[in-house]
Amino acid sequence: MSPLRDWPIKRKITAILLLTSGLVLLLTSAAFVTYEVLTNRRTIKVQLATRSRILAANSTAALAFANEADATELLDALKYDPHMVAAALYDQDGRVLATYPAAAAADLIPAAPQPDGYRFEGGRLVGFTPVAQGENRRLGTLYIASDTKAVSDALRLSGVIALGVLAIALLAAYALAAALQGRISEPILALAETATAVSTRQDYSVRAPKLGEDELGTLTDAFNQMLGRIADQDRELRRHATDLEQRVEARTHELSESNETLRRNAAELLAANQELDAFAYSVSHDLRAPLRSIDGFSHVLLEDYGAQLDDGGRDALRRVRAASQRMAALIDDLLKLARVTRVEMRSETVDLSSMARDIVADLQRTEPARQVECTIAPGLKARADPPLLRVVLENLLRNSWKYTAKQPRPRVEFGSTDANGGTAFMIRDNGAGFDMKYMDKLFGVFQRLHSAAEFEGTGVGLATVRRIITRHGGRIWAEAAVDQGATFFFTL
Amino acid sequence: MNPGKILLVEDNPDDVALTMRALKSNNITNDVVVAQDGVQALDYLFGADGGAGAEALPAVVLLDLKLPKINGLEVLRRVRSEERTKLLPVVILTSSDEERDIIDGYSLGANSYVRKPVDFVEFTQAAKQLGLYWLLMNRAPPTPR
Repeated sequence: MSPLRDWPIKRKITAILLLTSGLVLLLTSAAFVTYEVLTNRRTIKVQLATRSRILAANSTAALAFANEADATELLDALKYDPHMVAAALYDQDGRVLATYPAAAAADLIPAAPQPDGYRFEGGRLVGFTPVAQGENRRLGTLYIASDTKAVSDALRLSGVIALGVLAIALLAAYALAAALQGRISEPILALAETATAVSTRQDYSVRAPKLGEDELGTLTDAFNQMLGRIADQDRELRRHATDLEQRVEARTHELSESNETLRRNAAELLAANQELDAFAYSVSHDLRAPLRSIDGFSHVLLEDYGAQLDDGGRDALRRVRAASQRMAALIDDLLKLARVTRVEMRSETVDLSSMARDIVADLQRTEPARQVECTIAPGLKARADPPLLRVVLENLLRNSWKYTAKQPRPRVEFGSTDANGGTAFMIRDNGAGFDMKYMDKLFGVFQRLHSAAEFEGTGVGLATVRRIITRHGGRIWAEAAVDQGATFFFTL
Repeated sequence: MNPGKILLVEDNPDDVALTMRALKSNNITNDVVVAQDGVQALDYLFGADGGAGAEALPAVVLLDLKLPKINGLEVLRRVRSEERTKLLPVVILTSSDEERDIIDGYSLGANSYVRKPVDFVEFTQAAKQLGLYWLLMNRAPPTPR
């Protein structure tokens, strides 16, 4: 048999009802039977006492005269009552005068009278009644013993009645329980069924039927509300999941597209670099040769036929030479710019301070007459490609050197400063400066903010510098004002 | 002064004329043999049939790199691979200062690498220096055989 807790709820309810009503009925029946028995015992006791007193009153004469025959006759009248088992009359001294039945067995009659009163003894009711003349002259004692069949009859009858009632009551309780347990079990079973449906089919749209406004109704309502919320959340979750899936798909698609673009771009870049390489090589060889001819033959003209030319002719030829040399410088600078883009970079710790000192010393050597006050902060270091960084410093310092040429007290300074939490290097001069509104042209190729007559230059230097800084992942910018100097900042 | 000839391997007639003028203006009077491409240069050095009828070796070769038919670097490689010419002084004299040309030139055994300046005054200076160095100061390797 399965343990009680595993029973279905219907059986549990029925069992509880039957057990409860059975117990109540059992207790009631026990009380009823006990009451019946007690009542019957009291009744037969009273009956025996009454009969004893009547018989005792009638026996006074026989005892007073010790008339055994009379006494026997008196007692013999007891035979009309089938419950009477035995009786005896004792005289004043306790001797037996007469017995009932007349030849009673010795064990039926006590040898001597016992204290007055009525009591149950060994399945019988026995009574000792005084026989007295008037109020106080005692003549003897009457003994009567009766069976207790009346009591046991009553016990049997009431027992049968109780059992009958119990049986009928239990049947009725069972029927009632069967009929009424549904009120409790049905909502619970419905709840259980709904929960099973939800968990097996993941169908959050089902609802448990509400069968009343009691606690089970509240429970059903709460359960249904909970289901509703779960359904909402489930829907939300599914929506999010679908959304996420779509987004992942879209992102994957985008990624593969941009990968493809990237791959194509890389291939294009490689092709462009190779083209640039071939172009630069060709420029390097072929573009300079005609310039050399122009310059060379202009020189030949000046040398061999200069006397036959007037000043205008000689000036024109000098201009041709100057132009071809400027063109050569442009080509060289452009090639440098192209090289800066193509050259492979390595990363080393570069001592910027000593590099700057070298460059300034070189500048001083090429123009020994210039007096420039140069301040170079010591110990400035950075991770960079040394030759490329040298190109940067060379360009910037040469610019400062160049643009301070018209200053009475030229100053050039190299140092570092804080910029957005990082270190920015800085080259400052008090030279010609420039107008900040042309800032966007400053780093463009062939862009110049000064005429060649004012200051010589090709307009490629700062473009080269910016390309190198960009290749290092850094940034370059400038602050300046006309005739108040310029400061160039760069990060690496 | 080394009385040997100068082999000028140069396809550009302007450059040839300017080089000749620069040499002359510096009083370098050695004969200048001009080869207008790599094939002519090799023919001159090894003879058309591969060496038998070759003339005496020049004192120095001024070699341009960008040449028709066979380029300068290939000429240099062939010169260095022949027993007879492997010690011949060869100066690369060209327009380019491309790093890879310089590296390739020295790798193949060039004795010097000079970039032709655009400025004719500088060019004349360079020619003078080259003449002085290779014809006057430098001891040429002994003539083979």
